[in-house]
This record gives sequence, C-alpha cells and structure tokens, in this order.
Amino acid sequence: MFEQQVIPLDSWVSQFVDWLVNNYRDIFQSIKWPVEQTLNGFDAGLNALHPLIIIVLVVLTAWRFSGYKLAVFSAVTMVFIGLLGLWRESMTTLAMVLSSVLFCTIAGVPLGIAAGRSDRFEAGIRPVLDAMQTTPAFVYLVPIVMLFSVGNVAGVLATIIFALPPIIRLTSLGIRGVHPELVEAAQAFGATRTQVLIKVQVPLALPTILAGLNQTIMMALSMVVIAALIGAGGLGSPVILGLNTLDIGRAVVGGLGIVLMAIVLDRITQSMANKKS
Amino acid sequence: MEKIRVENLSKIFGSNPPKALRMLEKGFTKSEILEETGMTVGVNNASFEVMSGEIFVVMGLSGSGKSTIVRMLNRLIEPSAGKVIVDGQDVTAMTEDELVKFRLHNMSMVFQSFALMPHQTVLDNAAFGMELAGIDKDKRRERAKEALAQVGLSGWEDSYPAQLSGGMQQRVGLARGLAVDPDILLMDEAFSALDPLIRTEMQDELLKLQEEHKRTIVFISHDLDEALRIGDRIAIMDGGSVIQVGTPEDILQNPANDYVRAFFRGVDPTNVISAGDIARDTIPTFVLTKEGSLRTTLELLSGSDRDFGVVLDARHRYLGLVSTDSVRDAMEAGQKGLKQAFLEDVTAVNMQDSMQEVLPFLASKGWPVPVVDDGNEYKGVVSRNRFLRTLHRTEEQLDQ
Repeated sequence: MFEQQVIPLDSWVSQFVDWLVNNYRDIFQSIKWPVEQTLNGFDAGLNALHPLIIIVLVVLTAWRFSGYKLAVFSAVTMVFIGLLGLWRESMTTLAMVLSSVLFCTIAGVPLGIAAGRSDRFEAGIRPVLDAMQTTPAFVYLVPIVMLFSVGNVAGVLATIIFALPPIIRLTSLGIRGVHPELVEAAQAFGATRTQVLIKVQVPLALPTILAGLNQTIMMALSMVVIAALIGAGGLGSPVILGLNTLDIGRAVVGGLGIVLMAIVLDRITQSMANKKS
Repeated sequence: MEKIRVENLSKIFGSNPPKALRMLEKGFTKSEILEETGMTVGVNNASFEVMSGEIFVVMGLSGSGKSTIVRMLNRLIEPSAGKVIVDGQDVTAMTEDELVKFRLHNMSMVFQSFALMPHQTVLDNAAFGMELAGIDKDKRRERAKEALAQVGLSGWEDSYPAQLSGGMQQRVGLARGLAVDPDILLMDEAFSALDPLIRTEMQDELLKLQEEHKRTIVFISHDLDEALRIGDRIAIMDGGSVIQVGTPEDILQNPANDYVRAFFRGVDPTNVISAGDIARDTIPTFVLTKEGSLRTTLELLSGSDRDFGVVLDARHRYLGLVSTDSVRDAMEAGQKGLKQAFLEDVTAVNMQDSMQEVLPFLASKGWPVPVVDDGNEYKGVVSRNRFLRTLHRTEEQLDQ
C-alpha cells in the first residue's frame, strides 16, 4: 500500500545538508578551529616527547591513584604497545581521545548539571542523548565529512557526538543522587543556589561525574576505528588498512593496540573515581 | 517577649493550593480534600507565638505537619497562606536575597538525619554556616572549634562524619547550628534517630547549653517524654492543625480534646507536675522574731485548728516547720525561742522538683512538705491531701 505515498525525507535531508554546506561553511569552519588547535597541540606534544617520558608519566599517574600493581601493569602494557610498532599511532589516538574527552567535559558537565537541577531540561535533553547514542555513526559520518572534510578533526567531531551522552547522563545522575537533606541543610544555613551547587552538589556528585568521564573515554576509544574510515589516523588506520587488504595480521595488531590502550585508560580513570568516593 | 509569631499559616501540597484553601474555609476536611482534588493539606491555619529564650516543642505523630511547620519558619517550604513574623519582620514577604541573609544570621537548623557534609571534616562542617557567610578561614575555624568544644567534641576536628557515632554526629550538627550564633535554633526531630540513652544525654546537653546562653529554640518531636523533659511550652498538632499550646502542666491538667488526652495517657503525672504547681498557702505562717513567742504560736495554731505552722524570716524566707506538739513540747522543756520547736528532718523542696521527688518526703513523715524557690523564698506547702487530689483529678481528666 505504500508504493505511491512515500515521504521524500531522504531528499529533504540531502537538500538540507547541501544548503547547510553552501550557506554556513564559514560557521562550521569556525567550529572546527578550536578542535583542530587542541588536537594538533596534543598530537604534537605527545609525539614530541620521548616515549620513556610518557611511560613514566602514565606509570606515575597509575601509582598515584591506584598503587604499584596498576603502575607495573601500565608500564608493561605501554612497552608492549611500543614493541608492537604502534607507538606513533597510539599517541595520535591518545591525542584524539584527549581532545574529544576535553570537549565532551567542557560541554557535558554544565549540561549534566543543568539536567540534574531541572526536570524540564532533563526531559528535553533525554531524547537528544538517546538519538546521539543510538544513531549509527555511519549516518552522520557523511554530513560531517561534507561540512568539515576528511581527517583527524572530522574524526574527533564524530567522536564527540558519540561520546558526549554518558558524561551528561552521569553528571545529572550524580547531582540528583545528592541527598535532599544535604541540599536542604545548605539552604537552611543561607546558601545561595550557586553555593549549593559548588559546595554541596558538585563535590558529592564528583565520583559519579568521574564515572561518566570514564564512560566517555571508553566510548571515544570505541570510535577510533570508525573515525579511521573518514581519514582519521591513529590505531584505527592499521585496522581499516588490514581489512581493506585482507591483511588479518595487521588488523589484529591494530585491534590489540586499541584494547590495551582502553584497558590502561579505563583502570586509571576508574581508580580516580574510586579515590574520590 | 515574643520572638516568632505564626499567623494563620497553611501549606497545601498539590497543583492548585488556592482551591484547597477555599475548600478548607468552607469546612471540608483534610481527607475530603485529598479525595476530591488529590491535594494534601500539610498545615491548616496554624497560629502560635514563640517567646524569646524558651524551648518551644511542636509535637505530633508523623504526618501531623510538624516538620512542614518548622520548614515554613525559614521558608525551606514556601507557605501557601499565612504569615511568619520574626522580630517584627515578615519572613513570608522577604525577597530571595533578604531570605538568604536572614537564614545566614538569624536562624539555624539541626536535622533528624544530621545532614552533615560527608566530604568535609568535622571542623569544616561546624564552620559551614560561616563559610557560606564569607567569614575568613582562620576566624571561622576558631569559632567552629569553640562550638565543637561546647558540645564536647574537642579533638575530633579532623575526623570525617562517617567516622563518628550517631550521637557524636548530631553533636556536630548542633555545633554547626550554634557556631553561627543564631537567636533562633530550629531542631527537626534532632534527637529522634539516636538511641534512648544518647537521646537523654543530648537533651541534657541542650538544657545545659540553654542555661549558659538563652536561645529561642523551636524543637520538633514525636516523643512526649522528650517534649515534657525539655519543653517550656508545647504545641500539639494533629492532622495539620495546632490543637493546643501550653506548658506541660497546663496541657496535662486541662487537655483540649481526646487526641491530646490519648497522647498523655500513660504519662506519669507526678513526673510532669512540679511542686510549685500544686503548692498552696494552706497553713499558717509565723515570722521569727527575736524573743520568739511559743505561747502565741500555740494559741494561733490551736485557734485556727491547724496542726502545723511554717516559720519564715522577715524577708519571707523559709526557716522551719513547727507542729502544735513540737511547740507544746518546747514550752514544757522550758525553751523560749520558736527555733527550739522546729521539727527535725524537715526538708523543703524546690518548686521545680516534680511531684515524684516530693513523694518520699510526704510518705515518710506525717507533715506537709514546704516548697521554696531558688532563693529559699517560701511558696507554700504540699499536703498529702493536695497531692492525692491532684493525682486523682489528672487521672480522671486523662481517662475520660
């Protein structure tokens, strides 16, 4: 029955994206600029440092927040990544993850706080977050490429879209999880709305917010391969290259690098969250 | 002096408070309104005054609106109708800024669940109110330390609330309330979460603090013993309305209705009613003069057909008790002064002592027990007859 009556949504979307590209290219280029600067900064910095310094920094962080076990594990894993011949790629990936997580935090924590304090805002933002998490990344890769062209920056932007929801959700959850009597007590002693937020809600929500940060980092890492499809470098590119040339060995090595990196980042950020709670 | 005046205060929880208020005016009950509109009447037209320096206990069962009322005093809950006036200032009309200032300086609060900040040390918790007020770090820490010392928590400054027992946590809560030096302290079931022994200890602590520095305290409680123990006056609430306001003795002797009566049933009146309440000037008094006058005393006593007389000094202070027999004996022994006729083993009781404390004196000796105030001024006697009549009447009141 639907042969004749089809809503031409596809052509509307195409027209809309074309219209955006033609008329608002400048605006999108200006969005691109800070992301590009941050990413290039991280990338240059991480690749300029001697691998040993980076390993030491990672190990110290692990030791500070967890203990010697995680420190030893991180050291072994990082050395292993280097021995796999993936050092440069892993630093590029780390730079992309750090930049996307930075922007996710800058945008996500305030949005999450707003959602935590206002039921209305929460109700409004929830479907948007659902859409961001469930829309297959391939759907928005094309418009992103059209608007921002291929490369690492487009990869980071796609990653931001995918990795933003958990930090918003968990920040909101954390704010809502603060015992109402504590908020009441602060108010009873004359706290303003801002003081309630800064002195009570945010400090008490911090472990949950850090759990959100951890999730955002994991989501960002899971986008590495997809980002490589639109020309982003890093650990995703050997995987894509291996797939395209049926070079199984190469794809597996790249994949292993992603997994190892994910484990190190996950353990370190989780121990940060635990330390705070 | 009046400190807080609550005028026709009401709170409706629900979508359309004005409608529920109109229904209340028309005489609908709380449950009818709930059934018809789904709105809950939290507090219904409550009015009372709290005097400066007294402990005013608001008592009722859970759901009677007592926690709502105390939260309307500092507008943690916004009243639906009515006024709260503190020191002549209308709290209900304050802007957001004025309200913040008012809460910072005039009123602090102690919570049932302690509500301490788990991420702050005991010292920082005690300094919390001052931190909000923007008092600099050294000064507020110093004052917080003093407040902690007041509640007996010196040495625990650097601990975290989770490391403390419930009673100690509530001491921190109390210190936090005291540190800002408020004229009004609101205590919402402050001791209800503590076990009975610690609860009594905290009540004593509060009374001690109150003796050192009189504050106006509004204390919410569902525990009658607590209310009787610490309350200068008690307001009894039921279903959102204030049923009766008065001193414990007042309420015990003249309960307003069956609800109040039921509340007080099982209370031992001898614990509540004090010697001063029932002391009466029923026996003759004699002022001790230099020569004494055993004969006149005897004549006066027999003339008025009384067995006992009280001897006072010129400034109405109690000196001793005499009986017709003791006076006659003294005369026969050739004594001159009235002093020699004093009965031995007579102990005067303080007017604040409870009937319970008077009972042993009354039971062991055959004579009435003299009652004096803190300055030893004579206030009357409690006779056996009087004691038993009071007991009987109170029990009758409560048993109706």
